[in-house]
Amino acid sequence: MRAPSSLILATLIALSFSCARRTSEPVVAKPPAAVPAAIVLVSGDKQVSTIGTPLDQPVVVQVNNSQGAPVAGATVRFRGANGTVFQPASGVAGSDGQFTFSVALGSLAGRYQIAASTTGAGGKTIEVRIPELALGFEENKGRELSDAYCVRCHDPESTALRVSNHDNLVAKSHSFDDGAFLNKVSDADLLAIISHGGPGIGKSAEMPPYEHTLSKSDIAALVAYIRAVADPPYQSGEAVYAQR
Amino acid sequence: MAIREKLASIRHRLFGDSARSFGTLGLVLLVLLAAVPARDHFREWYGYQKGYLRLIRGRDDAVTLQRRLQPGVQQTWIPALNVVDRCSSCHVAMKETGLRGVGTEPYRPHPPIPHTLDQFGCVMCHRGQGVATSVEEAHSSTKAWEQPILPARYFESSCGQCHTDKLTGTPRLEAGRTMLARYGCVHCHSLTLPDGSRLTPTDDPPSLAHVGDKTTREWIFAWIKNPQAYSGTATMPNFQLSDADARDISAFVVAQATPLTPTPAPSGAAAAAEGDALQAGTSLYGESFCASCHAVQNAAGLLVGGDVGPELTRIGTKAKPEWIRQWVRNPKAYDPGTMMPHYRFDEKQLSLIQGFLESKTDSDFMANVHLDPATAQQIAHGKLLVTEMGCATCHEINGLRKPEDFAPDLTLVGSRPLAKIVFLPGMQRSLPAYIEAKIKQPRSFGSALKMPQFTIATSQVDSLVTALLAQTDRASTLPATLHVAGHPQSNYQPAGTAGRLMQDLNCFSCHSINGRGGDMAPDLSWEGTAVQRDWLLKFFKNPNTLRPALIRRMPRFNLTDQETSTLTDYILAAYQTPAFERDSVHPDSDSAAIEEGRQLFYSKYACQACHIVDPKKDKGYIGPTLTEVGSRLNAAWIFQWLKAPQALRPGTLEPDWKMSDSEAQSLTAFLMAQKGSHK
Repeated sequence: MRAPSSLILATLIALSFSCARRTSEPVVAKPPAAVPAAIVLVSGDKQVSTIGTPLDQPVVVQVNNSQGAPVAGATVRFRGANGTVFQPASGVAGSDGQFTFSVALGSLAGRYQIAASTTGAGGKTIEVRIPELALGFEENKGRELSDAYCVRCHDPESTALRVSNHDNLVAKSHSFDDGAFLNKVSDADLLAIISHGGPGIGKSAEMPPYEHTLSKSDIAALVAYIRAVADPPYQSGEAVYAQR
Repeated sequence: MAIREKLASIRHRLFGDSARSFGTLGLVLLVLLAAVPARDHFREWYGYQKGYLRLIRGRDDAVTLQRRLQPGVQQTWIPALNVVDRCSSCHVAMKETGLRGVGTEPYRPHPPIPHTLDQFGCVMCHRGQGVATSVEEAHSSTKAWEQPILPARYFESSCGQCHTDKLTGTPRLEAGRTMLARYGCVHCHSLTLPDGSRLTPTDDPPSLAHVGDKTTREWIFAWIKNPQAYSGTATMPNFQLSDADARDISAFVVAQATPLTPTPAPSGAAAAAEGDALQAGTSLYGESFCASCHAVQNAAGLLVGGDVGPELTRIGTKAKPEWIRQWVRNPKAYDPGTMMPHYRFDEKQLSLIQGFLESKTDSDFMANVHLDPATAQQIAHGKLLVTEMGCATCHEINGLRKPEDFAPDLTLVGSRPLAKIVFLPGMQRSLPAYIEAKIKQPRSFGSALKMPQFTIATSQVDSLVTALLAQTDRASTLPATLHVAGHPQSNYQPAGTAGRLMQDLNCFSCHSINGRGGDMAPDLSWEGTAVQRDWLLKFFKNPNTLRPALIRRMPRFNLTDQETSTLTDYILAAYQTPAFERDSVHPDSDSAAIEEGRQLFYSKYACQACHIVDPKKDKGYIGPTLTEVGSRLNAAWIFQWLKAPQALRPGTLEPDWKMSDSEAQSLTAFLMAQKGSHK
């Protein structure tokens, strides 16, 4: 009951909004090109969050016409799977053709594909699919351990609170989302290099062994995290949560 | 008429004689008997179990999976936890790790967790109605059952029912509990954690007993109207006061304050520093590492610095010049419980710091505040308001006692019955939604409610709700063996002259010793075993940081020679590990052993990835610089550290290499040979 009624409400608000806009704006003959031809992502894709919690950054999409110029006033709608929540659930693109919304992914861990759509010429639905990632308990634990033990060497970017040690190493460490490289490393090899250090699989000793520092389940959590954030995805057959 | 005849003939055909009636009754009985099992075919779980068989059909392991499927209603019963679950009647594949790739419920295997599924069952963590055998009843809240499935964003609360220790993988639970203690919640509310310990506040709201020395009534007025307008990071909530109420409260607060000391003569025209003096003051602020605890907005509007002490962006607008000077001279004189260390600044340094802080002004903040002198009536009304609003739960105020149990106890808030909750119109009827709304907009439940408006981000609200949802009935009645207690702070107190000195310098604000203190700087419980006397003496005089990449660093306290040696001697004598003797290891000083250690350092263990021994070629800066480690640490400490670092400092990042004695000996010899350039 709730979902449809709120949808109707949102649509009504959107309608009244667009009506108001039409009457309040000076009468400018809209060029015929102001028909949405494409909806594109501006920012906010590929964020890593926890199941059920809002993404750190909002997602911004833009509605364009066939010339690639922004179209104002188009209604943008969202869809997602497993109880993904959009705030707001739909709305009207601003004068720059953009629409900003926040997303909380659903309750299952994994890769999500949320969709933002609008109506184009002839009532045709055009949409953009935006990949996002929700971590479950194990991957989250991996992320926390990674933040403590791994990122200062494995993340080449420095932040205000953390200076990267990446450039001080002779053997260049791989960022954990470097799927192009890490996807080819087997689970056994990942476990081996984290447990026994670089020399465990014939690599640099600059990577220390963690078998006596972290527990087996800690190391498994790190592997789960590395697999979860891989870009491109670790397994092409992996479930992707998207509402059809 | 015809109908009656027809009925009579049917009756005759079915029950005409005893053989016929026996046969008919037998048939009816047979149908009834068949209906009981047949009814199951229409149950939801039957459909899901059929669906599972369709899902696994065609898989290589289909036969194995099918053999492991238990048909019918399944039940987990754990009497000790009061858990009865039938969830696995539909969620049939929870233990089938081979089905990891499956993305459809209810057939996903349970994701990995630190417990087995049979240990705690389902409802302990997920809530919901375990005995139900229909989707609606199990997942949603019904008239007879108030516990719907817990939304995923609050899952971590379930861990908190047993765990009060620090966990990895539950950041929101940790953050929520930290916030409850830090944002003042437990000043008004009481809250007993599931392990039976009472949550105590970790913030330190200032005493108002002498507030007249510190600031003006105008500032207090503007501050209580909107604390976040003064400092975006202020934890004081907004009480949404009217101008008249703020006027009366500020009148009372100033009236109740007594001067701490006879007002010192104003030291000339204490103008804010300019030019060279301001430059020097800024430098001294930086060199003294004030930014480890205090933040100041930079030109770009970004906060730079820590959040242990208050933000200082507008401190010159708030604090009176003479108070700033007295405070920096010795903070303990004004607030004996403060975390701020007693820097032993001389008069010249005091002037520089004072000048710098006074220059941090914002003329806009109090631009519109014009207060007439307070009347006795206003002061009396202010006192009434202060008493009603419970200001004394947080602040010390002359003439008012700290109220007990000012706000409702939150120990069992995670199980509050929905029947006892008044929901707002349009609000989702669920406990998490209610708690969230209470935190976000407390006054929306009634303008007369006392709970003020806190300025916190959505993620922080989620954390708070997570921590509060852990406060369940079930948590309080669990078998004691299941509770994993945290480590409460000890009340360790160092003794004698050195102990008084450490209190005065507030070492415990940053360092932890014997279970008491902060975590901003290294634990010093065994520092006496670790370091050499000469190094420690020099370090106090000039605490150059050991870790170039660290932003927070140890300040210099301008200690006298006497104070330095008192502290050094005490640390060396009192803070010894019982595990080994300080002088139990004598490293080889012959060049062969040192060379072997060098090989181990650079090749086998690649220590230079994180440490610097030779500044010309080593670059690693995760661990401390080791250029003069032979003058800093004792050989026995290095040896034992190499063998098992976490045994000496739990949680340290240095990996445990399980190094052999002979390798540790060689590396110790190499490291002890690193005496630094000036030795």
